[in-house]
Amino acid sequence: MEDQRPPTSPIRVYRHTLPIRATHWLNVLILLAMLGSGLQIFNAHPALYWGERSDPQQAWLAMRAVPIATGEVRGITRLFGRDFDTTGVLALSGQTPRGFPAWTTIPSERWLAMGRRWHLFFAWLFVLNGLAYVSYGLATRHVQRHLWLRGEEARQLPSTVTRHLSLHALRSDADAGYNPLQKISYLLVLFVFAPLMVLSGLAMSPWLDAAFPALVTLFDGRQSARSIHFIVAFGLVAFTLVHVFMVILVGPLRELRAMITGWYRPRGTGS
Amino acid sequence: MKRRTVMRLLGLGSLTALSGCDRLSQATWFPRVLGTAESVNRHLHRALGRDALAKEFTEADLSPMFPSNGTRRPMDADYQAHAARGFAAWRLSVGGLVERPRAFSLAELRALPSRTQITRHDCVEGWSAIAKWHGVRLAALLDEVRPLPQARFVVFHCFDTMDASGARYYESIDFEDARHAQTILAYDWNDRPLPMPYGAPLRLRVERQLGYKMAKYLRAVELVESFEHIDGGRGGYWEDRGYEWYAGI
Repeated sequence: MEDQRPPTSPIRVYRHTLPIRATHWLNVLILLAMLGSGLQIFNAHPALYWGERSDPQQAWLAMRAVPIATGEVRGITRLFGRDFDTTGVLALSGQTPRGFPAWTTIPSERWLAMGRRWHLFFAWLFVLNGLAYVSYGLATRHVQRHLWLRGEEARQLPSTVTRHLSLHALRSDADAGYNPLQKISYLLVLFVFAPLMVLSGLAMSPWLDAAFPALVTLFDGRQSARSIHFIVAFGLVAFTLVHVFMVILVGPLRELRAMITGWYRPRGTGS
Repeated sequence: MKRRTVMRLLGLGSLTALSGCDRLSQATWFPRVLGTAESVNRHLHRALGRDALAKEFTEADLSPMFPSNGTRRPMDADYQAHAARGFAAWRLSVGGLVERPRAFSLAELRALPSRTQITRHDCVEGWSAIAKWHGVRLAALLDEVRPLPQARFVVFHCFDTMDASGARYYESIDFEDARHAQTILAYDWNDRPLPMPYGAPLRLRVERQLGYKMAKYLRAVELVESFEHIDGGRGGYWEDRGYEWYAGI
């Protein structure tokens, strides 16, 4: 958001510089690859636990194919001790027992070795791309100027929350820059979710656990790290869904064009 | 654009992307590119933690039920014959690039320097279980046979036939792992002779790598300069089927 014109006479403003746009779209590809291959890996043992061990009775989440009285097999997802019939989506889909369905995993068929290859390769791209973005963002003060919450913004947060229940406010504020809620969610993703993803991923490596015992202590066990990896991954999915939903609400063409070409046309100047 | 059209386009887009990923996975060049991460990880991990020990636990941490993965009971005739006689006639032959090739009985292995450790076993599938392992230190066994200078890998040949192709399980590690303090050939599990599902009479423990490296049902140890001539040439049964040779991650 390098606004080069005063907001009173906007025709178009150069909002996203090339490095920001490049790392953004690279990240889209990387996250899709990481999510698909991550679900493939999860499917090899579709259950989650707390602590170091995976005692079957202690799973807080478990997906199993269970035969019922009629001889039919149903997909049952157990969450915190409660069973849900999730046939067709979770635990059983395409007539086979599998955690997440084929259309969500990379590769689509059950193929752990290939899923791991994707995941462990794209993990490096995720880290490198993330570091490139953050170091560029800090060096050019993009992060400090556009993402960092100003004092008065923090104090006015409750009123901002209610204000942004209105679509009109969302749209008019989109011209001005990121609103405080947006800033908080971006900061959360950048400095909490992303590092947690990487650290909990590393904590699952038995070699790194030996080299850096603090890694696994931080999460209170390897299976806890695996749970947190999964939960934060869905935190990122939730963020992405809200992010895309907001873009659609506020003006999909306007916002997409800005993230592709860098140029943003404020409202009232035609699109 | 109508909403329905948009949804259709999105659906079509995701399907195209997914089948694209499947096609990339089937190609030869793409998995090879992905595989470059393995050697990066291996070199980096090795540099970061040379002799670091895997965490050791207490009796209170033992898994109430330790899973058995892969082979639970080898059906091979030679193995069954040994098992029927309590492995009395079983010998571990240690050969290849060594000065003094030799076969060891269980009693002879038990007489060599040993180590006991309660460690976490991490399966490539994602589960973890804790058990107590007691066995001969691989470094001590190697000292008995004296590896030749050109030996670079220790290959473990197993009894269990894995599939219709007749391939038997095998694995390999390098000397850094072979001489690591916690690398043992375990003959006891939770204070009793190694039960069959866990690899009786002898299995490998490489505590800083995933479970598939820890070959069960050992019959021979071979020191080699390269494992390219063995089976699929990738250093292990699962490695020949696409899994990483370096399984520290």
